[in-house]
Amino acid sequence: MSKIKPRAKIPKEAELDEVIEIKTLIRHPMHSGRVKDVDGKTIPRLIINKFSAMFNGKVVFTVNLEPSISSNPYISFPFKVKEAGTFELTWEEDGGNQYKLTKSLKVV
Amino acid sequence: MIAVSSAFFCSGISAVLAGKPEVSDQINNIVSGSQAREVDVFLDVPEIAENGNQVKVAFEIESPMSDSDFVQEVYIMADGNPAPNVAKFNFTPYSGECFASTRMRLSKTQDIYLIAKFNDGTHSITQSTIKVTIGGCGG
Repeated sequence: MSKIKPRAKIPKEAELDEVIEIKTLIRHPMHSGRVKDVDGKTIPRLIINKFSAMFNGKVVFTVNLEPSISSNPYISFPFKVKEAGTFELTWEEDGGNQYKLTKSLKVV
Repeated sequence: MIAVSSAFFCSGISAVLAGKPEVSDQINNIVSGSQAREVDVFLDVPEIAENGNQVKVAFEIESPMSDSDFVQEVYIMADGNPAPNVAKFNFTPYSGECFASTRMRLSKTQDIYLIAKFNDGTHSITQSTIKVTIGGCGG
């Protein structure tokens, strides 16, 4: 599990009312439940099924992911800067495991 | 079913029903009872995907993204995959603009659908065909 590592590229600072693009990636195999291993056994489904982005405690963007999403899921999304604060990004795995990342944003 | 399809023909998006029945059922479920809206949708997918394991899908939808008028949900569906649902994006007025991107698996050459739902209950459907050289669902 330690290999699963979330990453995010967020500008450190932005202007007021600027729309920034946030790029995220999490290293994850996204087992779809349809692939067999070398012994012919089906690898059980294990995917990241939800991504959510909060800013200062408010939900600003979420994605529901299905097995059709590639391994190491990449997601980019927009955010309009209204105030300085902290992003909290959460990836939820089947079975309830969560991977979190926090990043702060300054307004110049 | 007949009643539903005739409603679709009235709103001028009959082409959507050409897809696999499962996909058109899902789309019917999402858009049932809502009006189609004329809006600029840019669905950015490759014409030919050499590797079906990593196919870029990006989109941009024209919207003020204000508290009173914004894109609420965007569904991506692939009609040739074992399960048609790919992802559902949930936007808020905090987004400022409506665009996003991700990467998906495609098992074979197929049609991709983007269904956008607006906060006033209207919707918009966009379709694109992707030729897949090597399928990406394992096996």
